Amino acid sequence: METVTLTVKQVPDLYLECENVNPDAFAGKTAEQIAKMGAYQGKEISTLGEFFTIAGNAGATAADTKIVINGDCTKMKYIGAKMTAGEVVVNSACDMYTGSWMKGGKLTVNGDVHSFCALAMAGGEFTINGNAGNYLGAAYRGDWRGMSGGVLRVKGNAGSDVASFMTGGTMIIDGDVDIHLGTHMEGGKIILKGNANRRVGGQLVKGEIYVFGKINVMMPGYKPSGEVDLEVDGTKATFIDYTGDLGERHPKRKGATVYGHLFMKK
Amino acid sequence: MPKDVTDVICPFCGTLCDDVVVTVSDDNKTILSVKNACAIGAEKFNHQRLPGRVKRPRMRQPDGTYKEVSYDEAIDWTAKMLVKSRKTLMYGWASTSCQAMSIGHEIAEKVGGIVDNCATVCHGSSLIAIEDVGVPSCTLGEVKNRADRVIFWGCNPAHAHPRHMSRYSIFPRGFFTVKGHKGRKIYCVDCRYTDTAKCADTFIQVQQGFDYELLDAFRTAARGEALPDTVGGVPKEKIYEVVEELKGGRFGIIFFGMGLTHTMGRNHNIDEAICLTRDMNDFTKFVIMAMRGHWNVTGSGQVLGWQYGFPYAVDLSRRDQARHQTGETTSVDLLNRNEVEACFYIATDPGAHFPINAMISSSKKPTVTIDPHINCTTEISDVHIPVAMVGVEVGGCAYRMDNVPIETRKVVEPPEGMLTDEEVLTKINNRVDELLAKGGA
Amino acid sequence: MSEYIIKNGHVFDPVQGIKGDKKDIAVKDGKIVEKVSSSAKVIDAKDKTVMAGALEVHAHVAGPKVNAGRWYRPEDKHFDSHKKPGITRIEGGKSIPTVFKTGYEYARMGFTFAMEAAMPPLYARHVHEEIHDTPIIDEAALPVLGNNWFIMEYLKNNEVENTAAYISWLMRQTKGYGVKVVNPGGTEAWAWGLNCLTIHDPVPYFDITPAEIMTGLMTANEYLGLPHSMHVHQNDLGNPGNYKTTIETLQLAEGVKPKNTFGREQVMHSTHLQFHSYKGTNWGDFESAAKEVMDYVNKQKNITIDTGNVTLDETTTMTADGPFEHHLHGLNHLKWFNVDVELETAAGVVPYIYDPNISVCAKQWCIGLEIALMAKDPMRCFITTDHPNAGPFTRYPRVYSWLMSKKVRDERLNTFKNADKVIGATYLANIDREITLYELAQMTRAGPAKCLGLMKDYGGLKAGMNADIAIYDINPDKFPSDGPAIEKAFGNAAYLFKDGRICVEGGKVVDMGQKKTFWVDAKVPENKQVMHDVREKFLRYYSVNENNYPVPESYAPHQHIITVDATKA
Ligand code: SF4
Ligand SMILES: [Zn+2]
Ligand SMILES: [Zn+2]
Repeated sequence: METVTLTVKQVPDLYLECENVNPDAFAGKTAEQIAKMGAYQGKEISTLGEFFTIAGNAGATAADTKIVINGDCTKMKYIGAKMTAGEVVVNSACDMYTGSWMKGGKLTVNGDVHSFCALAMAGGEFTINGNAGNYLGAAYRGDWRGMSGGVLRVKGNAGSDVASFMTGGTMIIDGDVDIHLGTHMEGGKIILKGNANRRVGGQLVKGEIYVFGKINVMMPGYKPSGEVDLEVDGTKATFIDYTGDLGERHPKRKGATVYGHLFMKK
Repeated sequence: MPKDVTDVICPFCGTLCDDVVVTVSDDNKTILSVKNACAIGAEKFNHQRLPGRVKRPRMRQPDGTYKEVSYDEAIDWTAKMLVKSRKTLMYGWASTSCQAMSIGHEIAEKVGGIVDNCATVCHGSSLIAIEDVGVPSCTLGEVKNRADRVIFWGCNPAHAHPRHMSRYSIFPRGFFTVKGHKGRKIYCVDCRYTDTAKCADTFIQVQQGFDYELLDAFRTAARGEALPDTVGGVPKEKIYEVVEELKGGRFGIIFFGMGLTHTMGRNHNIDEAICLTRDMNDFTKFVIMAMRGHWNVTGSGQVLGWQYGFPYAVDLSRRDQARHQTGETTSVDLLNRNEVEACFYIATDPGAHFPINAMISSSKKPTVTIDPHINCTTEISDVHIPVAMVGVEVGGCAYRMDNVPIETRKVVEPPEGMLTDEEVLTKINNRVDELLAKGGA
Repeated sequence: MSEYIIKNGHVFDPVQGIKGDKKDIAVKDGKIVEKVSSSAKVIDAKDKTVMAGALEVHAHVAGPKVNAGRWYRPEDKHFDSHKKPGITRIEGGKSIPTVFKTGYEYARMGFTFAMEAAMPPLYARHVHEEIHDTPIIDEAALPVLGNNWFIMEYLKNNEVENTAAYISWLMRQTKGYGVKVVNPGGTEAWAWGLNCLTIHDPVPYFDITPAEIMTGLMTANEYLGLPHSMHVHQNDLGNPGNYKTTIETLQLAEGVKPKNTFGREQVMHSTHLQFHSYKGTNWGDFESAAKEVMDYVNKQKNITIDTGNVTLDETTTMTADGPFEHHLHGLNHLKWFNVDVELETAAGVVPYIYDPNISVCAKQWCIGLEIALMAKDPMRCFITTDHPNAGPFTRYPRVYSWLMSKKVRDERLNTFKNADKVIGATYLANIDREITLYELAQMTRAGPAKCLGLMKDYGGLKAGMNADIAIYDINPDKFPSDGPAIEKAFGNAAYLFKDGRICVEGGKVVDMGQKKTFWVDAKVPENKQVMHDVREKFLRYYSVNENNYPVPESYAPHQHIITVDATKA
């Protein structure tokens, strides 16, 4: 695997749209060629070379390409978005759409990310070693297809509207979340190690949410249906199994109604 | 001889009453009286003859005072600002015509603007909800002719849309509703007892911030599932009782307002209310409608819709594509994050509606405001371009809260030499073309 | 205005019976002429196909439900908004293009006219605002009348003259083109959450049946002598077993005679027939009834149809058939938009994915193609996708490739996930017919022009007709054998002339032309009763005043009014 190292040399004064910063776009390019790739600030188009010092050439394919980014990326959007393979490591906080529409590969952010990250993520591994903003792993506006695959890990807290319209994949949040976790969820698995504010699993059709901490207010459409012993992300514990959201429609399989499950650690 | 202009469309709220009669002076210059409009509507007409109305553009001087300038100077300054800025917020549009918006969008596409309208601080959350789950709705005449279950949820038309209840929702006798008010059951759900609640047969007091949970409880009850003893302060017996009454109606409607759009969870409250409406259609006929406030904000959404495919917060800054993301391309977020370099305001007063931090950010950027009157925003602008009042001094298309468009009427002449929005925007557009042809400012 | 001479092209013109012969076409002052001066600009069409501009007979391209479909589906254009170099604006939207993209894409495919298929009268101003903003192509809109209170009240008492007078009044108010009927009676029933699934179900309260509404409207349409016939979206759309209702509805035309001065020969246009040609009792045993339906269509000469071809895309369904959209939402649970329009109609919108891996969708795809391939008279069967219901209109080139090449369509058919099941439930595998270029010109040019009452100016290349000309990079002697090549040629006209101006060159939009809005002004004897009823309904039941109902002149600055005189009818 070849490594391309980007070092921020100029912090953008507006926000820089880095949709070209991912292994798929870099694949097959030399450092010089990468430096000539475009990046927008509003209507002004600049090159990556104006904002980054670029060292190393990319591999022949995305899978053979690793990108390491150093310096302040807090005003950079779309890093790692739509990546299908390879690896990206960002040693900074990032702005919106980091890892959104990601299909494969490995993305690590050693810092916080803003809102709309991992939007509609379909595959790969995305680790955020900091906090995440709102709409983490949610669907794009209007879409009923949110996160559908892959593994997303957040070491810190996440904001509101996390995992809206999730249909598959696994999301693990070590910290707390704000309101609306797994709203309209129709598949997949959320593991929340910390606390949730309110509105967990509202309008949920299908899927599983595991909560280790507390929920300030339970949704009225959840009903306890017993206790289970489970091992969840390495933790063995007893969970209370709530079925719901009973206010929402649910599909039938072999004549039986399929409900969603909210497991609360005892 | 004073004369009456009939079938005039009120230029104030989204109810767009179109039966107003305005008496104007013989010379077509002054409004003498306004009939049929409510107090706030009539007040809007009265603005036309306020003393001290600014009649020519004004430009801020280095010492902070304003100096009168010609339209051409103001337009040139504006065009240069737009061409130079890498990303410009172009916000407002609620009190102008669809025809003017079209020209504005053409400019935005050339200069890289982000076009946003008042929904951003108002029913934007309703639009998000509709983007997510759709909306079963109807025109206001349907309510008048058919509705026998009317719910006002988190809205107070008695104050915000004064003629709504008499024209459409509570009192009128329609084709299938010959008994008028007597044939309807009126519900009001709110966290406080409003004047609208006084007109209701049933008032349900919900604990502030619990609308989502209560709506979910209604849906759960409608499916015959069990509920906790109380939800949002409402006993479960009441919830089951109301759900049965709603199912027993022939045509139900939920009107909602700021009580849902501006409380915790915002779009999710509306989303859940829409889903309840949808569920009720398994039992009877049910629809839902947003009580949209700002006059033609609906029209802005429509024009943006057919030109770009998004109802507000349309980011054309790259000039090669249109994008939309509430939370990113919305005005307040752009200002708070300092994501724009210049501000262009038209036909609304963000200074009166935006959070203070956003306005502080705005005040540090080159700013142009196009508005008939002096307002909070004109006073933080570098240039204020006064224009004729749409729907009073010039006609143009406006959309009602149920998306019905009405061509509004001109009732009086604007002050001598005063340009309209369309004229000013056309001139800016032409000036932008000239500048771009020369390769920039 | 400039003169052009298009030389050496293979011309296909059903109006003159020209079947691919090399013939020069002369253009002057926006019209096709016999000859031009020597200074005329020469367009070399060697090895190319020359046809008249195509006409869209039925699409949802402008108005409130189309726009709802646009703005409530940001996901439909999130990765599909772009600006092409040149004079065009930003264009976006996969299943429901923006107005700009709509105009450009029709033009790029060689179209010069599109009929907006459903205009709710109360929203006519909205429809015309969008038509106004749609570049290049000429357009008209059909007001929906099949659930209108006036119409139902008059027809209950067999008052044809009053019905006609009301239609005439309404077309003038709305700048409408003809009589559209969508799920007659069923949409009014929907205002109470109900439906009319057969043509004999009485409409709640109004006490009239869909059959009576359609018969009455056909009679009123011919009484007025309108350019177009009654245009119907039938009851019971999209349900297995509906073909019997379909044939029963078509039978209503038996014995009704066309009466008009436009050369139109049909009294009923039945739209998107694919959705109405289903056998079976449920989605499990669902089968094609294309044969049964087309056998009837082929022998009944006074009806025309369009196909409603499924394109196997993610799309957005939208129709004035309110109860159908509610039903569809119940099946796929995707976001449901609905609006009921006072005294007039309703509309619904639901996204839909025609997934080739689902056999129901694959069968629908077969049925749409079967309808076109079983049509004996290409002058009475037109190709549509009922845009965007069965797929976006931008897929026409692909639909043509399936119709014109058995190889291309069999490749698709045989690679369906449940190919055996699909083939067993449909006729397509056994059909060898390939639509010829001449037949294509009939199905997309001359036929729709005649059906819409526009054959004087549109659909052909005879001297005196509009210089609306599409030139494709297709050598008929070497017709492309693979799908993508056919698609590319039909999707990127080498040239499109609109009213004698070159609007598209090499697939690129180079001129916005000057689009016209068509509407029909039908003159009838003064009718005090109808005017009284109008006044009364506005005073009591409408939510707008009568004086604010008409579409102002300024909304259609380039209007083309077709006048018919029914005062002596
Ligand atoms: S209700 Fe609204 S539109 Fe009607 S008169 Fe009052 S302010 Fe004007
Ligand atoms: Zn239809
Ligand atoms: Zn249709």
